[in-house]
Amino acid sequence: MASDTLTSSARTDAEITGLDALEIAGRDKEVSRGARIWAATWPKLAALAIAIAAWQIVVWTGWKPPYSLPPPLEVGRELVAQAQGPQLWDGLLTTLQRAALGYVFSVAVGLLLGLAVARSTVLRAAIGSMITALQTMPSIAWFPLAILLFELSEKAIFFVVVLGAAPSIANGVISGVDYVPPLLVRAGRNLGARGLNLYRYVIAPAALPAIVAGLKQGWAFSWRSLMAGELLVSGISQTSLGAQLTYSRELSDAPWLLSTMIVILVVGLVVDAAFGAADKAIRRRWGVLDQAGQ
Amino acid sequence: MTSTTTTPQSATTAVALSGVTKVYGRGANAVLALDGVSLDVAPGEFVCLVGASGCGKSTLLNLVAGLDRVSGGQITLAGDANPGLMFQEPALFPWLTVDANVEVPLKLRRLPRAQRRERVAELLRTVHLADFGRKRPHELSGGMRQRVALARTLALDTPVLLMDEPFGALDAMTRDILHDELERIWSERKLSVLFVTHNVREAARLADRIILLSSRPGRIIYSTEVDIPRPRRIDSPEVAAIAAEVTERLRTEVGRHGQ
Repeated sequence: MASDTLTSSARTDAEITGLDALEIAGRDKEVSRGARIWAATWPKLAALAIAIAAWQIVVWTGWKPPYSLPPPLEVGRELVAQAQGPQLWDGLLTTLQRAALGYVFSVAVGLLLGLAVARSTVLRAAIGSMITALQTMPSIAWFPLAILLFELSEKAIFFVVVLGAAPSIANGVISGVDYVPPLLVRAGRNLGARGLNLYRYVIAPAALPAIVAGLKQGWAFSWRSLMAGELLVSGISQTSLGAQLTYSRELSDAPWLLSTMIVILVVGLVVDAAFGAADKAIRRRWGVLDQAGQ
Repeated sequence: MTSTTTTPQSATTAVALSGVTKVYGRGANAVLALDGVSLDVAPGEFVCLVGASGCGKSTLLNLVAGLDRVSGGQITLAGDANPGLMFQEPALFPWLTVDANVEVPLKLRRLPRAQRRERVAELLRTVHLADFGRKRPHELSGGMRQRVALARTLALDTPVLLMDEPFGALDAMTRDILHDELERIWSERKLSVLFVTHNVREAARLADRIILLSSRPGRIIYSTEVDIPRPRRIDSPEVAAIAAEVTERLRTEVGRHGQ
């Protein structure tokens, strides 16, 4: 056949297209957005309803007098009343400002420290295990020292928040860099990524999931440290959420106390959900998440 | 296919290895992976390296790619080319789309955006994936991913392609088609290919020359020209005959280690 090459290459084209179509068929399962949100929401709503019901039942049993354990409805009313006054919002603002300041600083310290330790074997040998040790230290145990160093001040809170959060973030970076698949590094180097470019194009994005996990954990630690700090160092600020908890206990105002706790819980949940969404978006991009299943 | 290019005097070999030796470890634990391997790949030549486990095939490619250093001997690349390396795994970046994966080497070479876009489109057409640029690697089949990896390697604009069992993880049908594809791209772009495989038939299907390496340490023990006219089919009797001969020698070599 004279046109052997031509026909064979045309055939290959058709074969390739056919094979591709067969192999990726059925991979584009799309679940509607509404259905997805509902599937994620209803179990949470149901759990919440059960928790409130359980709370109400405990109140009905008369286990504790209503001034120490008020029913959910009363706490709900208090929460609505609080939301209409400035006190709650002032407190929330003060607390969130402290949280943001402490957290941003922790992120900067954690990222730099983590990167330095991940890169340098000497640094790793010197302080690698110390970072993990710091992470296991309950943050409240730092307060006596913080108060000695900085007295009952914002600085004491800041100090403890950073010590609580930075090690987790640093650890996230270290494990992220450690677990970058060597094959991707080799591929990146072969494609011409050396030095800083290797970090920019390969190592940083490959380590991103672990870094986000570290950031999330760091947030949890900083939020806890902050609450502990505000409870202990309540004298310096009238309005912070932690201070409001202390005052409400001192005044035996159980509805106020519980509604403040709910606010603290909600802030924690909202930030956690934001991290969760970031984490999920990354995993979906990477194809680690089964789209139909989640 | 060796008469396709007229090469300048300085570039009669695309890759030249002379007495390449590689030792891993030190002292009593030292392992000799490659022992005095000398090999020239002519411009436009397709060379297949065949060997059993432990013959240092992958080591050899890493050395040529500059990802590892020789313990002795010398490796010379014509025009200081930066050879492209492909693995058994596609090694695509999962956080990037197909387009963006192919674009990485172009970005690293600081090509302007418009030019990059054009090149990416051209390369994806070359591997028959023009419609899949916006997909992510995990949305593609194994064979398609490997073609993206090929496009990404071609984006290096390198005359030398190093392939480390690139089709080893694919099913037979996909592999056959990719053989045709690789052969077409190799001859269109006049590439010099150093292709490692343990599949002797694959070597006979693709190679201008098959080189057999011994195991522990890796040494060249046999070399044969494959002058079956192209395009070839993997199930043709000529390919089978060459494969049978190489297999025979490979078995003898493996048997030597069992004694």
